[in-house]
Amino acid sequence: MPRIGVFVCQCGNNIAATVDTKKVAEEMGKLPGVVYTCDYKFMCSSPGQEMLRQAIKENKLDGIIVSACSPHMHEKTFRKAAEGAGLNPYQCEITNIREQCSWVHHDKTKAAGTVKSIDLTRMTIQRLKKNQPLKKIKIPVKKKAMVIGGGIAGIQAALDIAEGGREVILVEKEPSIGGNMARLSETFPTMDCSQCILTPKMVEAELNENITLYTYSEVEKVDGYIGNFTVTVRRKSKYVDEERCTGCGECIEKCPFKVDSQFELGLNKRKVIYTPFPQSVPNVPVIDAPNCTKIQKDKCGACAIVCGPKCIDFKMEDKLVTEEVGAIVVATGYQNMPNERFGEYGYGRIKDVISGMQFERLASSSGPTGGEIRRPSDGKIPQSVVFIQCVGSRDEKKGVSYCSKICCMYTAKHTKLYSHKVHGGQSYVFYMDIRSGGKRYEEFVRGAIEHEGAMYLRGRVSRVYEKNGKIMVQGADTLSGNQVEIEADMVVLATAVVSRDGADTLAQRLGIGYDKYKFYNEYHPKLKPVETVTAGIYLAGTCMGPMDIPESVAQGSAAASKVLALFSADEMAREPITSVVNRTTCNACWDCVTACPYTAIEREAIKDRQGNVVRWVAKVNDGVCQGCGVCVAACRSKSIDLKGYTDEQVFAAINAF
Amino acid sequence: MSGHTEHSAPTGGYEPKIMAFVCNWCTYAGADLAGTSRMEYRPNVRIIKLPCTGRIDPLFIIKAFENGADGVLVSGCHPGDCHYTTGNYHARRRWIGFKHLMEFAGIDMRRLHFSWVSASEAIKWVDLINKVTDEIKALGPFMEYKGLKATEAEQG
Repeated sequence: MPRIGVFVCQCGNNIAATVDTKKVAEEMGKLPGVVYTCDYKFMCSSPGQEMLRQAIKENKLDGIIVSACSPHMHEKTFRKAAEGAGLNPYQCEITNIREQCSWVHHDKTKAAGTVKSIDLTRMTIQRLKKNQPLKKIKIPVKKKAMVIGGGIAGIQAALDIAEGGREVILVEKEPSIGGNMARLSETFPTMDCSQCILTPKMVEAELNENITLYTYSEVEKVDGYIGNFTVTVRRKSKYVDEERCTGCGECIEKCPFKVDSQFELGLNKRKVIYTPFPQSVPNVPVIDAPNCTKIQKDKCGACAIVCGPKCIDFKMEDKLVTEEVGAIVVATGYQNMPNERFGEYGYGRIKDVISGMQFERLASSSGPTGGEIRRPSDGKIPQSVVFIQCVGSRDEKKGVSYCSKICCMYTAKHTKLYSHKVHGGQSYVFYMDIRSGGKRYEEFVRGAIEHEGAMYLRGRVSRVYEKNGKIMVQGADTLSGNQVEIEADMVVLATAVVSRDGADTLAQRLGIGYDKYKFYNEYHPKLKPVETVTAGIYLAGTCMGPMDIPESVAQGSAAASKVLALFSADEMAREPITSVVNRTTCNACWDCVTACPYTAIEREAIKDRQGNVVRWVAKVNDGVCQGCGVCVAACRSKSIDLKGYTDEQVFAAINAF
Repeated sequence: MSGHTEHSAPTGGYEPKIMAFVCNWCTYAGADLAGTSRMEYRPNVRIIKLPCTGRIDPLFIIKAFENGADGVLVSGCHPGDCHYTTGNYHARRRWIGFKHLMEFAGIDMRRLHFSWVSASEAIKWVDLINKVTDEIKALGPFMEYKGLKATEAEQG
């Protein structure tokens, strides 16, 4: 016979006003197996908890019910108190008689509330009788992390994890880390030179003993679960031995072929053997195989001839490496919406219509013009520049419905850079609204308008066309109500921030969610901004949606702190609410395998002594199982049960209805 | 062990008993919110909390009727909002098949309700309970199944 104790909380007057707690306790005392009942003013208070512990010890209780507030409120409190008295915490159950009873049934005669409380408590008692003591699951944790994406968010995450004393593998798709930030000229609102603040961090990441850089590499496959991921990374062939290369650059100099530079967004050429930009980390060139005549046609090979350390190998192949890590930070960043979609602004048709990112390159002192603003068509200095904001953003028809958040600020920055570099030049900005929320952001935009002469026009541009060597920009100024036509030498489009190509594929490999724009979903938009639904995988930066550099950096650090917290113990304790298979009755139909949203169920072979497979059964991986119970309801042979919510427990509650 | 407290509301007369199977993350939290917002609804519902609507075995519903429920309610996260990504889709699919079976068995489908109530939809929860209670009250006690358990016990 079980020895159950029932504790009915009055919660001051919160429950007692509409529930006769004394009567509930008395009624429960009549049930078989219930050996102790009481009602008390505040069960959650220290004296209340002490009373609970005393009662457990004195009455040798093997299970307790606390009829009080929602389990979401104090289940943990009471389970901890029960554990303090030597009871298995999962032998403590809560009946919700406040949020779902006393607070919603205002009957002052207490009739309805009392009856309902009695019913609910009785159901919980019968359920409790079927409870099994459970133990928290301990999962060993591999104290090594992987960061996917070597932009500023990823670099920050990797550095913070490394500084916390843990090993990190930083995986970057491009030949160099740095990401989008490496392209920027100056950054708002401080006008710091982007390279000057970024490159030291890149070098730090390269030199840190705890960080392994995998550049020119992509994540191919992810297996496992929190604490125990196995990640396969494809290390694309660079055709240059990273270990031996000294980064002298002789090969780049001697390479006779030039193609458009992706890093410079087509504004400049690069060699076929190249580093994306002069400050690349690692400073190891790669060969662009599709354009290399040696690799394609076995002609040339100039780079190999001049290479001192002989580190060029035209036969090099991609390598697949497998890494075991305990946590993954995803920081894959963003790209700009292709401008080709906006024919009305003349992009692709008119050479001097460029994107904001291309303007960054023109303004950058390491860019194709050495920091002088010169138009791409003829290299002349533009005397008037029109900036068009919200190109694709906040435009459900042609682009995306969201605001790209950073464009208002970088356009203001562009007008400032332009006025600093081209004295006497006039800039015009077509905007919808100016969104400059952020520390010193509004002042920055006001400065551009009031002190640096940028002409802001509220309205949209309808047409951009060429006339007598000028770019004519037609638009509306909705504040004055006039149509305007501006003769410009150059037009800059603030194109929308969108997710990376292939973001969905990576999400599927990782088992994390993404929205309709393929931005990754955080676990909770307010309270868990860097976690994902998949335990052990964290997010940082613009792979989640548009954000600026400070936010990306903050998120990189936040994700790193989550990783370090996870790594702080050798084992991770988890709630033991997981599914368990009855191996004797499982008939291997695999319905559970198909139903499981977490791929937590594996196929296990049962072998005889000779090692021959006798039959197959399902096996639940406790590390991956999240305890939803979908498999339990899917099982045809009733061979899976969910600990904490077993069929027996649920039926006992229903039968006590 | 069925205790089934017979009770009458202050106004007297027949009061139906309704069993609700709800998920822990959306509807249970929504019902909690109704409480913290001090809303009021009919006291006829008894909630059984499950991690996810995907955990619901159709037998739970049959057992509820067998134990004297006059109506059964199932509610979980909205499609696409499942805490476990896809659990409620499983529940929905299972529900469609199960509904036909229940209809075939001659159960009045007005006694069975399926809804989505999110953690913020306290008002929807309140309206739902009131609506379902009133509907089932109008239908009267569900006698067909109530007898079943007794017969079974006699034979067994």
